[in-house]
Amino acid sequence: MSKRLGSQTIVFQNSPKIIGNYTIVGQKEGNSNFKNYFDYILKNDLFGEKTYESAERKMLEHAILNAIDRAGLKTQDMDLLICGDLLNQIISSSFAAREFDVTYLGLYGACSTMAESLAVGSSFIDGGYFSKIACATCSHFSSAERQYRFPLELGNQRPPVSQWTVTGAGCTILSDSGSDKEIVNATFGKVTDFGITDVNNMGAAMAPAAMSTLIKHFEDTKTSPDDYDLILTGDLGKLGSEILMDLMENKGYKLKDNYNDCGQMIFNCNQKTYQGGSGCGCSAVILNSYVMQKMDEGVYKKVLFAATGALLSTLSSQQGNTIPGICHAVEIRRK
Amino acid sequence: MNSVERNKKYNQYVESKKPNTKNFPTLIYAYLVGGFICMIGQGIQDLLMKIFPAMTLEVASAWMLIILIFIASFLTGIGLYDRIGEFAGGGSIVPITGFSNSITSSAMEFKKEGIIFGLCVKMFSVAGPVIVNGLAISVVVGLIYLFL
Repeated sequence: MSKRLGSQTIVFQNSPKIIGNYTIVGQKEGNSNFKNYFDYILKNDLFGEKTYESAERKMLEHAILNAIDRAGLKTQDMDLLICGDLLNQIISSSFAAREFDVTYLGLYGACSTMAESLAVGSSFIDGGYFSKIACATCSHFSSAERQYRFPLELGNQRPPVSQWTVTGAGCTILSDSGSDKEIVNATFGKVTDFGITDVNNMGAAMAPAAMSTLIKHFEDTKTSPDDYDLILTGDLGKLGSEILMDLMENKGYKLKDNYNDCGQMIFNCNQKTYQGGSGCGCSAVILNSYVMQKMDEGVYKKVLFAATGALLSTLSSQQGNTIPGICHAVEIRRK
Repeated sequence: MNSVERNKKYNQYVESKKPNTKNFPTLIYAYLVGGFICMIGQGIQDLLMKIFPAMTLEVASAWMLIILIFIASFLTGIGLYDRIGEFAGGGSIVPITGFSNSITSSAMEFKKEGIIFGLCVKMFSVAGPVIVNGLAISVVVGLIYLFL
């Protein structure tokens, strides 16, 4: 059997197993719809640190350490650490990796990083190069806000299309054996840009990328949306997922009740986040808490996790450039 | 369909689908809070002139502005002004208190990068355009006044 399907999907013959997960979230997320699923809820978003950047880094370290522990392993058992985040030069990831004596790969796929790290990590395991890999991402509302938007205490109003960056970190431990949850294939996405310039409307900027990757996945694997128990996009938010559903329907793929979006589902309507959550941490905490627990309970057996990212910088948008989007998908199955 | 056409069509579709800020009740909130801030300002000015009868109107209004700026800066410091702003929008941005908030919030935010390169450099990152335009327009108005 070929290890490649179509042009963008790779199939894992020695499917990597998911043997450990851990999530840590901020206070606001701790009051969200999934509060009972998260492993650790911060009492203070600074997490005992002086700056939000340090807090973000500490959250990531905490998530990685505990996920390794959950998997019944020790740091020295790990072969590779794959991380990414939103801050410039992915400092949270690289600085957190400094604390571990493990080989490290830094990724940047904006909010798609969780799926990207799982896809990259799975390829290494399937290839037989490494056997234990930690894939982790994080984001922090306050550090993202000051990098991309305005000072926290500025008395401005958020536009109705905006999303709220999730404060959270999630880590998945992949292994060559040891669990019934496995990653069977991955579809790498293409950068897609449909000409959106509104930096607040990330959902609309990323929806075409999600459409492109999902359609490619269905074509390559010869499946349809109905074949999955859950199709989960990253952080398109409420508006973005409605746009994706319209785009998919125009292409002849109808997304039904088995479709949801991490950004749309995480916050409840009283939390004033408008279109929902966003950020690397958004899809990471939903996947590593709710989805994994539901898979363990047997509610979901076949999940398509397609995290989406908007590949912009403050510079590019100030110079009037449009926002390119990316989406990577991994298919997770429970035997 | 080429990409320019596709993007145009997509942007039109997104524009029609996206929710917009509701004029009602946003305008009412802005009017009420903005009006309330101005009323406080007027109250401070009247009070000053009552306490210090010798004070002229110009001096009293200068003191009133200083007091309003201090109050807004203080409310920003204790984390209240952004909540007022979230509710009132333009109502708390347009008065001088909004200007005070934009400088104080930037100063607080970037203090962590040091006094010189953080606080001093980035203090005007939000308020900068207001100062530049205010100065530029004052020069233009001054010139017009000179030749009239």
